[in-house]
Amino acid sequence: MSKKLLSGPYIAWMIGFTIIPLALIVFYGLTDRSGAFTLDNVLAIATPEHRKALWLSLVLSFLSTIVCLVLAYPLAMILRKRNMGRGSFVVFIFILPMWMNFLLRTMAWQTLLEKNGVINGILSFLHLPTQSIINTWGAIILGMVYNFLPFMILPIYNVLCKIDDNTINAAKDLGANFFQVLVHIWFPLSVPGVISGITMVFVPALTTFVISNLLGGSKILLIGNVIEQEFTRGSNWNLGSGLSLVLMIFILISMALIAKYDKNGEGTAF
Amino acid sequence: MKNYLSVLALISLGAASVLGGCGGKSSSSSQDAGELYVYNWGEYIDEDVIDLFEEETGIKVIYDLFETNEEMYPVIEAGGVTYDVVCPSDYMIQKMIENNMLAEINFDNVPNVSQIAPEYMERSKAFDPENKYSVPYCWGTVGILYNTSMVAPEDAPSKWADLWNEKFSGEILMQDSVRDAFMVALKSLGYSMNTADEAELEEAKELLVKQKPLVQAYVIDQVRDKMIGGEAAVGVIYSGEMLYIQEEVENLGLEYDLEYVLPKEGTNVWIDSWVIPANAKNKENAEKWIDFLCRPEIAKMNFEYITYPTPNQGAFELLDEDMQNNKAVFPDWDSLDGCEVYQYLGDDTDAIYNNLWKEVKSN
Repeated sequence: MSKKLLSGPYIAWMIGFTIIPLALIVFYGLTDRSGAFTLDNVLAIATPEHRKALWLSLVLSFLSTIVCLVLAYPLAMILRKRNMGRGSFVVFIFILPMWMNFLLRTMAWQTLLEKNGVINGILSFLHLPTQSIINTWGAIILGMVYNFLPFMILPIYNVLCKIDDNTINAAKDLGANFFQVLVHIWFPLSVPGVISGITMVFVPALTTFVISNLLGGSKILLIGNVIEQEFTRGSNWNLGSGLSLVLMIFILISMALIAKYDKNGEGTAF
Repeated sequence: MKNYLSVLALISLGAASVLGGCGGKSSSSSQDAGELYVYNWGEYIDEDVIDLFEEETGIKVIYDLFETNEEMYPVIEAGGVTYDVVCPSDYMIQKMIENNMLAEINFDNVPNVSQIAPEYMERSKAFDPENKYSVPYCWGTVGILYNTSMVAPEDAPSKWADLWNEKFSGEILMQDSVRDAFMVALKSLGYSMNTADEAELEEAKELLVKQKPLVQAYVIDQVRDKMIGGEAAVGVIYSGEMLYIQEEVENLGLEYDLEYVLPKEGTNVWIDSWVIPANAKNKENAEKWIDFLCRPEIAKMNFEYITYPTPNQGAFELLDEDMQNNKAVFPDWDSLDGCEVYQYLGDDTDAIYNNLWKEVKSN
């Protein structure tokens, strides 16, 4: 009885903040303004501008996921080597910025990248050619990588820490060179962490609208921007919900991937 | 209206206002004068005015903020929180009137409405044909701001069509809102900014697509800071920002000047007005509120804080002469000949605008 009472707040929380909002999105997504059932909002993803926005989002979030992975994996290996001592301090340094507001950090990038921004100020002081990546794909990918990199590092680091040193040593004893160890030992054993890192970067990158607004100058329309516009400007909650349902398909695919490769929940970040 | 805060400030303010709102509701007011639920744009009142009002009337004010008209509308429509007095823009007021969401104001309780200059009541008829539902609060124009050191004198913009000048490639800041962006294109083509003609809109869309490579960014509140920082040469901006810009240019000792131009083809004149929703529970308090804000000295306080032009003649007369003659803030009515107020075009036409805008953005 007391156990049931204890779980009460959590059940209320889940119903109130997960199940009901999800049900509302499904309801809005599958009805039109008058409340009649329709699939138009979901099928609207096929219109050229929505398709383009979705495709662009997929491309950008795919690219930033790859960049994150390439940056995070070696770092996680280095951190593992320094396990316990300085390693955890370095991890701490990587998490530290996450304590600051996500919007503030993205706006800071705007100030850095602007035409008369900090980076260009330094470059022109050194008589070097100035960069102009603000309001381009590059700036958006940079913003995504910067904001989501910790979510790639932590799960990989966690999973690498659990690999027994003896396994590595055994492989080396048997004559495997560095790349053979990497391909046959490190990588297969770290797949759960990699998969969960990929989904934790890919999903928020796919749905973001703030980064593309701030660093893309609103010139680059991602699917997240379309949905945001429908809610805040277009007053078309039905279409916004319908498109959100389409995005949810991608999120479900990611969750299915996690379930398949990370059965023991080893790769979770925290 | 368009005095948006930065995204962050809005979110934190929004959270604060939600908390404030909740607090207000749970503590049942013991005062006889009752309560007043106010729903206004962010940064759109001198907060001392709220205190003064509470002190004088004993009415407890619960003050919430919204960021866009479109965000405000469903809140009023759903009626989960019943607001007593709201400050939407022209076209949104028209939409609310058409959908029977507003109550007629009893002007016997608002004697100070006589302080509002008659021109503004006249202009208001575009969205409130009989002046029954709304009392103007702030108004302004949309124009072009340019940087005198980045634009050669012979290229100085004087009309919307100048925003297609290839010399400004990568130096143009456009407004990131459907109606404003289409207003620029429609006006430069010589059409009405309230058109529902699909051929005209298609033409305007083509024009915006053509302009996109020249545009540095589509922004809202950042036009101001980017122009002050010398990030871009020309920008589309609301006249209400001009006072702040002029002060900043002076304070920072910038070596360039920023000039505001009302485009020849005519532009948008917008009016934000106080209205009372039909489901308001404290209608008389709402009228007291509107009356209070129409007092010249209060309107002057608000003008000095918001810096958006006030339609209040009494307040205007209290200002010093320099300010009265500041044409960027208070343009002559003669110069506003080709200007229009946005009208509500109906959900279907709105949807057409939105779709065309998405086509521009995704291009």
